[in-house]
Amino acid sequence: MSSKLKAPCSLEWYSSPLFLFDIVPQTITGHAYPKFVKIVEVGPRDGLQNEKEIVPTGVKIQLIDMLSGAGLPVIEATSFVSSKWVPQMADHSDVLRGIQRAPHVQYPVLTPNLQGFQDAVAAGATEVAVFGSASETFSKKNINCSIDESMLRFEEVINTARERQIPVRGYVSCALGCPHEGHIEPSKVAEVAKRLYEMGCYEISLGDTIGVGTPGSMFKMLQSVMKEVPTSALAVHCHDTYGQALPNILTALQMGVCVVDSAVAGLGGCPYAQGSSGNVSTEDVLYMLHGMDIETGVNIAKVIEAGDFICNALRRETNSKVARAKGRTL
Amino acid sequence: MAAVLKLVNRGTLSSAMGQQYLSFSSAPKVQAVGFRAGQALPEKVKIVEVGPRDGLQNEKTIVPTETKIHLIDMLSASGLPVIEATSFVSPKWVPQMADQVEVMKGIGRIPGVSYPVLTPNLKGFQAAVKAGASEVAIFGAASELFSKKNINCSVDESLQRFNDVMKAAKEAGVPVRGYVSCVVGCPYEGKVAPEKVAYVAKRLYSMGCYEISLGDTIGVGTPGSMIEMLEAVSKEVPISALAVHCHDTYGQALANILVALQMGIGVVDSSVAGLGGCPYAQGASGNVATEDVVYMLHGLGIQTGVDLSKLMDAGAFICRTLNRKSNSKVAQAVCKL
Repeated sequence: MSSKLKAPCSLEWYSSPLFLFDIVPQTITGHAYPKFVKIVEVGPRDGLQNEKEIVPTGVKIQLIDMLSGAGLPVIEATSFVSSKWVPQMADHSDVLRGIQRAPHVQYPVLTPNLQGFQDAVAAGATEVAVFGSASETFSKKNINCSIDESMLRFEEVINTARERQIPVRGYVSCALGCPHEGHIEPSKVAEVAKRLYEMGCYEISLGDTIGVGTPGSMFKMLQSVMKEVPTSALAVHCHDTYGQALPNILTALQMGVCVVDSAVAGLGGCPYAQGSSGNVSTEDVLYMLHGMDIETGVNIAKVIEAGDFICNALRRETNSKVARAKGRTL
Repeated sequence: MAAVLKLVNRGTLSSAMGQQYLSFSSAPKVQAVGFRAGQALPEKVKIVEVGPRDGLQNEKTIVPTETKIHLIDMLSASGLPVIEATSFVSPKWVPQMADQVEVMKGIGRIPGVSYPVLTPNLKGFQAAVKAGASEVAIFGAASELFSKKNINCSVDESLQRFNDVMKAAKEAGVPVRGYVSCVVGCPYEGKVAPEKVAYVAKRLYSMGCYEISLGDTIGVGTPGSMIEMLEAVSKEVPISALAVHCHDTYGQALANILVALQMGIGVVDSSVAGLGGCPYAQGASGNVATEDVVYMLHGLGIQTGVDLSKLMDAGAFICRTLNRKSNSKVAQAVCKL
């Protein structure tokens, strides 16, 4: 059997039977829906990091404060990556120091290595996150090292964090497909998730980095990962590049996952599909969850306000369909 | 068992995917317990393409007849089994569909593909048949207020009007599809009772409609309200005769379609490029994009018979003509890679 893949990310590739291989569940449903879903708001970090416009520190702080006021339990505030690589996050310390921390709200920050971790703690971080990949090529191109090498770096961070009693969240990117490698084996995702979990991450967020997943591939991937990591420690981070985010999230909920990452106003495009959308909108996720009587503790109207604010600042339209509809309802 | 993976070219994608699925149909089934235990997804889903009618009818720009014909021909070539071609409503009310007769006469009909047209009354039906229609559709509402504001009569009165159409259609051997609008929410009444939807669906089905398409006209439905409504309707109308017509105004369409599939529904309405805005939320989106639906279905291994890349060609064509961006995220993503 020869498999000459067309360029990964081409439509042919993703709709070819090779991609569909082994992802046909007879039933797609699992557990009953959770009664409560924790939303992890990634707009201020993942969202703004992927926006063309660099937003002033004051605007970032105000955005985070508005999101805190909306009842979101977790708001990813910034990233302690070198500003050489991510100029949008150069003001990380100022942001972290400037925000008003609401009680019972977590403000995790990205820390790719020990240096970043130490800077984060110096700036007052009380939770951090590390970012692994299920794809070797993506790991090399994104953070310039192999998966194994990245795990060593993270281990340093996690061990140091443990000493300081700082919880660490682990991300696995390319969980449903890679812009360079194409198909990613669910078992690889499970392997990376397991490593991060066993190293001490309290939660693993599985990211469909290029948004190519569908309920079929989401189901298969989660099945694999759930053999290695307890469902209660899993989160899904779905991108809406192909419009599949909400059905993918729904599938995850049906399988017992109860933590969902999203970004206010769907901030953050897709660096691999110029001009396309990236993160799923928090507003649209909330609309679905609340419509299913699933509690989140979040006030959707206040999230929409925060979305309006940041879209004005970025001079762009919201990616949230709910925000768009509510703004224009006759 | 050994999996046989075939190299396919774009032209045979759909049939190859079907074979691919079959080769796995005897593979160990995934067991899942809980919410919908034992509820299998359909192997095949029939897509009813409503872009040329529902889509274009709700676009600001009026499209020339030749463009409509070309669009329909491109959609036919993509493998869609049903393409709603036009509407025999008075051009006074719907100017975008004034060229109904020319469109019907101008399209290249592919054998095995259905080209239903809307017929709001007997006059429209007769004009449709004269123009060559071989399938028609009638439209009821689950909301009294919507019915009054939209077609100036109560729900019962509208069903009464359709009696004439049903009778004539039966005599002429022309199948009739029934639409129910506002199945989850109404722009005037708000929440719509599932029992009301079931009542209207049952009436249309008993009158002789072979299929009932349940429309979330303002896109407010979520998997919660969808399931509640579908459970009520499926008590009165067999699931095999039901279709869902989801609007994506609040981004919920694909999630709603997924739960409908999980309940065994095997017919989905959608519109190429997500044509057709929402008349009740200015600037908001309306119909769900066929490309995005097909992407999800194919990702689930569900056969549709549709060639996604040809479908996207049709979407690109109509968007160029309308000078607007596609509402399909798949189209937006793929064009930019």
